[in-house]
Amino acid sequence: MNPPDGNLIEVRGLRQTFGGQEILRGVDLDIPRGKTLVLLGQSGGGKSVFLRHLIGLLKPIAGSIRVEGEEIAGLDERELEPVRRKIGMLFQDGALFDSMTVFENVSFPLRERGLRDEKVIRRKVAEALELVALSGQEAKMPSNLSGGMRKRAALARVIISEPSCILYDEPTAGLDPIVSDTINRLIRRLQSHLHVTSIVVTHDMISTNHIADRVALLRSGKIHFEGTLAELHGSQDPLVRDFIEGRSHEID
Amino acid sequence: MKFPYSFPLTRAFSLYMGQASLLAWETFTSILAGRIRWRLILRQIVEIGFGSQAVVIVTGIFTGAVFTAQIFFQFNTLNMSTAVGPVVSVALFRELGPVLTGLMVAGRVGAAMSAEIGTMKVTEQIDALRALAVNPIDYLVVPRAVAMMISMPLLVGECIFFALSASYFVATRILNVNSVFFLHHMESYTHSKDMVMALTKGFVFAIIVAIVGCLQGLTTRNGAVGVGRSTTDAVVISSLTILMVNFFLTMALNIVFPAGQARY
Repeated sequence: MNPPDGNLIEVRGLRQTFGGQEILRGVDLDIPRGKTLVLLGQSGGGKSVFLRHLIGLLKPIAGSIRVEGEEIAGLDERELEPVRRKIGMLFQDGALFDSMTVFENVSFPLRERGLRDEKVIRRKVAEALELVALSGQEAKMPSNLSGGMRKRAALARVIISEPSCILYDEPTAGLDPIVSDTINRLIRRLQSHLHVTSIVVTHDMISTNHIADRVALLRSGKIHFEGTLAELHGSQDPLVRDFIEGRSHEID
Repeated sequence: MKFPYSFPLTRAFSLYMGQASLLAWETFTSILAGRIRWRLILRQIVEIGFGSQAVVIVTGIFTGAVFTAQIFFQFNTLNMSTAVGPVVSVALFRELGPVLTGLMVAGRVGAAMSAEIGTMKVTEQIDALRALAVNPIDYLVVPRAVAMMISMPLLVGECIFFALSASYFVATRILNVNSVFFLHHMESYTHSKDMVMALTKGFVFAIIVAIVGCLQGLTTRNGAVGVGRSTTDAVVISSLTILMVNFFLTMALNIVFPAGQARY
């Protein structure tokens, strides 16, 4: 089944300040349905802040965020719950609940949505853990997992509720190349098999080349470039080239 | 910014009161709306209520014992040793029982609530809850507040029971007060309204400890240092609030339940 066309999320004029410093200065970005958009940018440049706005974890000081046509910028916590059921988010360090085992963490969204059948819960958790190559780790506590395993367990917790859109905050940061590749392949698989819309915040160009349908570059609180992967690599914009080639212009 | 907000302390106090009132309001509207997770409440009752028993019993025993001894030393010089029972009993029901239990629970439970929720805040677990469409107030604050409201009056009762038992033992076995007169006077001067006052205070202090502990946790910032600061602040703020609110509560409750005469 092909996903319907159009944009899943539309952001216009998004602005945010922290402690008097303007982090986002009017971001305009469309996120096409069923595609993977990679948001590139320097560390501390506001990428994660932007991502948190898309699920209502932060409220903008100005601008509009429309998810499937519905404005979410002014919604309160309870009004945001239906939106959050459609969008999952993978946090940078996983944000697993450290008082729960891996099984309890992954089954948490199912139980919170009212599923009570233990057999079904166990089957779904086993499937989700298999997808992220963590079968057999159900009984472990998050503190006994490596960084990569924590991130994959967190990803299992996100995908178990089958969201139509997943936000990834630095999914491969701090991981070895093999685990990074597992996560990249999983993002790709979710997009191609289940038509999940993905927004991936990263500064990892290897990841970007592997998963991106579209790429946006956030620079000084605004979208500096937006286009396909081919357009990114073909761009002659000096800032884009610096980012792709990893040049800082600092003198040794 | 105009008076009184030009004073940083006034501003901080107003801001804190606003945050605490909003959290209390959201918690009670959640409870009234029936967003209650009984499994979590039971778990919190075990942690808060069951787990606080040892500290509350020890506090009760030694407060009752030392208070009895001090009152006896004073009253014995006036040949009023049998009046020790009613004085200890009324003081324990109306003041010492609820206040000391409140302070001990604030130290033990308020700190734990703040540390646990604060750690969840700085490790993005609260944001993860929100991202999973789970309201942190429903999931974290309501179970703790309800468990406190159930546990605290019971803990107050337990503290008073052990304090009175210790008082009886010290007065009659160590200080040789006549046990019949001790019990008779204690029973004559202690009314059910004193018990209602103790339980009412326990209930109010439960709300203070739960709201302050949870608020400190939810507003934690700056990593491990912030968690430490929140935990300390939770104990200090809830303890001081208990002492201050206790005065106004005593004045208000004394209108409803005036300190009574003996039932002769």
